[in-house]
Amino acid sequence: MADKNDGAQAARIRRSMRADRIATAVLAAIVGVVMLIVVSMVAYILFQGVGQLVKPGFLTEAARSNGTAGGVAYQLFDSFYLLVITLVISVPISLGGAVYLVEYAPDGPVTRIASTAIETLSSLPSIVVGMFGFLMFSVNFGWGYSLISGAIALTMFNIPILVRVIQQALEDVPSSQRDACLAMGLTRWETTVHVLIPAAMPAIVTGVVLSAGRVFGEAAALLFTSGMSSPARLNFLSLNFASPTCAWNIFRPGESLAVHIYKIYGEGSPEAQSIVWGTAALLMICVLLFNVLSRVAGKAIAKRMTAE
Amino acid sequence: MAKIMPKRNLERVGLGVTGACVALVTLVVLALIFMVAQRGLTTFIKDGVDVAGFFTGTKWNLASTGPDGLPATGALPLIVTSFSVTVLSTVLALPVALGSAIFTVEIAPKFGRRVFQPLIELLVGIPSVVFGLIGFHVIVGAVRAIFNVDVGLGILPGSIVLAVMILPTVTTLSIDALRAVPDSYRQGSLALGYTRWQTIWHVVLRSATPSLMTAVILGMTRAFGETLAVRMVIGGIEAMPTSLISSASTITTTLTTSMAVYATGSVQNDALWSLGLLLMGMSLVFIMIIHLIGHKGAKSRG
Repeated sequence: MADKNDGAQAARIRRSMRADRIATAVLAAIVGVVMLIVVSMVAYILFQGVGQLVKPGFLTEAARSNGTAGGVAYQLFDSFYLLVITLVISVPISLGGAVYLVEYAPDGPVTRIASTAIETLSSLPSIVVGMFGFLMFSVNFGWGYSLISGAIALTMFNIPILVRVIQQALEDVPSSQRDACLAMGLTRWETTVHVLIPAAMPAIVTGVVLSAGRVFGEAAALLFTSGMSSPARLNFLSLNFASPTCAWNIFRPGESLAVHIYKIYGEGSPEAQSIVWGTAALLMICVLLFNVLSRVAGKAIAKRMTAE
Repeated sequence: MAKIMPKRNLERVGLGVTGACVALVTLVVLALIFMVAQRGLTTFIKDGVDVAGFFTGTKWNLASTGPDGLPATGALPLIVTSFSVTVLSTVLALPVALGSAIFTVEIAPKFGRRVFQPLIELLVGIPSVVFGLIGFHVIVGAVRAIFNVDVGLGILPGSIVLAVMILPTVTTLSIDALRAVPDSYRQGSLALGYTRWQTIWHVVLRSATPSLMTAVILGMTRAFGETLAVRMVIGGIEAMPTSLISSASTITTTLTTSMAVYATGSVQNDALWSLGLLLMGMSLVFIMIIHLIGHKGAKSRG
């Protein structure tokens, strides 16, 4: 009887050991497939686009015949210009907002409403943000299709990400530092500006650069705000900011790389197709650079701050 | 006294500046909600479009107006398609995301942190148009070859593209959820003689369920609102979907194609805003579900 019991138990143990091995193998296979998908996607884009990318003129010429010929120089410039304007607007606001929520916020209805608002903003589809930007800035404010409308739409898309990153970074600063400052008679504001923000800087920079990568590839919010075309001719030397051909004029329409891909992906001609892939590869490389840069920059700042 | 006052002022300035930032963001969000709601409701209040007809009608055609002077605005096909791609992509992504999360947390934590997580974060950064482009060329081509159809656009390729897009969101959040399970649970289970898989299945996953559900819903939120990648592979025909591989159109893709066509204030434009309102309403519903799960989880933990 005891033998039989032992036998059944041994069988059960063997069964569960086998299940354990099978499960481990299946999980490993899943991870393998995911890694394969990611690597092959990136490789595929780069492989398809690199031929166009190294073609002379692709990065330095303007687009011709509605984007189906020529280069993507203006789109590249517009993408970075949009990104810069977006960061200039969104970083200070997010920094202020996060500082308020972490350092000042008296727990209560105000904080709850604000956090809910930010959470709502983060879950809104970007097309809805784009529609709002279109109605508010392009129509109501009369800015039409303009870089500034696009940048504000991107800002709305970027703020929840940034606020969360900066909030996290500030919360990760040990509270002993906060206590020490307050005990020495510094105000909350001085503590924040001179101690907490510098201490949180590496994490903040990493977060900002990572979010920049996200903004760089966003297109749905831009379709109706900054428009789907760049001016045919841009003058980078002009300082006449009201001129529609001045590259620095924020009230001119502009088209990002991502929007450019969306605009011409359906064009059948082989030249347009190779431009699409070239643009995708360019976009991909920029995003990869942002990814690498965020890690490097965060580490470099952390090193410099702890070494000094 | 003269020395103390500036400090107090400084504090007031700090509070004012940072408070203004928060107030600004809150105001913008409120303005957005108000504006979308106002424009979206105009369709029903001012233009006289039937609410029930909007949600149950199966004919969507803004280009031509009927005998009553109104375009056909039955949004049911769009709603059905939106939910189909959302659910199907979640079903496709969930086992993969959960499997990779379990592997990276429970089986190979070092590999997970050093190799897998940076790789999956890379996937987050890939722009949605690039997903769409690959979907348009690779997945649609594959569908065409496998099912032997002419076009190959539709709900199935849309769901596959979306599944890859929400994979990093669901995976990363699931990894966080599994990491948050206290180690003592695992040790207790292993000490009782459970195998690793039994521990994972009966203990770790069970206790992480509320956070895992949050991860899934956040993934669904992203899938529901995703626009351009879906637009590029779904075909864009606003009719009731008849199969998974025939052209269809979601709420978001209809907005993309039609928004710039109709002038602000026209019935057609208002109907599109109603779709926008529907999208916004859905994302608010998703947030509410997440909060409910959070409350329940907090309550069950005591």
